[in-house]
Amino acid sequence: MHGFANPARFLRMARWLMPLMLVPGLILAFGALAWGLFMVPPDRLMGQTVRILFIHVPSAWLGMAGWSTIAIASLVELVWRHPLAGIAARAAAVPGAAFTAICLATGSIWARPTWGTWWVWDGRLTSFLILLFLYFGYIALANAAQRDAAAGEGASRVTAIFGLVGAVNIPIINRSVIWWNSLHQPPSITAGKSSIDGTFLWPLLIAAIGFTLIFGGVVLARMRMLLADIQTEARLRRKAMA
Amino acid sequence: MHEKLDQWQFVMAALVIGVVGTLVLVGWTLWAMQRAEKRRDKAKEK
Repeated sequence: MHGFANPARFLRMARWLMPLMLVPGLILAFGALAWGLFMVPPDRLMGQTVRILFIHVPSAWLGMAGWSTIAIASLVELVWRHPLAGIAARAAAVPGAAFTAICLATGSIWARPTWGTWWVWDGRLTSFLILLFLYFGYIALANAAQRDAAAGEGASRVTAIFGLVGAVNIPIINRSVIWWNSLHQPPSITAGKSSIDGTFLWPLLIAAIGFTLIFGGVVLARMRMLLADIQTEARLRRKAMA
Repeated sequence: MHEKLDQWQFVMAALVIGVVGTLVLVGWTLWAMQRAEKRRDKAKEK
């Protein structure tokens, strides 16, 4: 893992890996959405609205995966002081927030024809909305830590601790439909088991793989951006002091 | 009271939000990355 601690080595790898994730990711994700739109039959209970599944579920997974990435990278930053871990955590925040927002918006649109309401304050929806607010807080804190150069490592550590503490919401989201009564359905896919018919499951899995690749490509691109910003700042500071 | 809704309108709205949101995220990220790397290269030249 420490082999990638060298930013130059990481950048060399990111340059070829980023397009390798983004291009197949876009093809797979949008191909799976087209598959879900044109080839999948309507569901017996949900009718045509079942097609929202192919965008709603992958974005929900990635909303939670984004914060899990932040938490793991923050732990690595705090414990092993890996120089790229903090950058990886910060890079995952914006795509994580974007997919959380997409999940909430598409879920609300799906709820209207199936539940008869745009929103209910139940465990699943409320904990997912809290996740979006946690992302906003994390992004604001990380930006403030970067701007305030005088705060240095201490501010970065506060951001990492916030990333770790916020992870407590992830199991709450996951178990919310089991712990509390909800209009939201219980989990359809658990470890090794699925109650979804293959007609819906395959395009869903391909959409999930595609959106995950997009997420990975975006994180790599944002890491490149953050590294370039840090290198520019360091260079300008050195010049100002010379 | 039974409400008759056109389900396709909801499907299309959700897909447009998902597709446009994803494309904006990817496009904005690539633009910001290129801008930051150009700025770094300019700082190197100075």
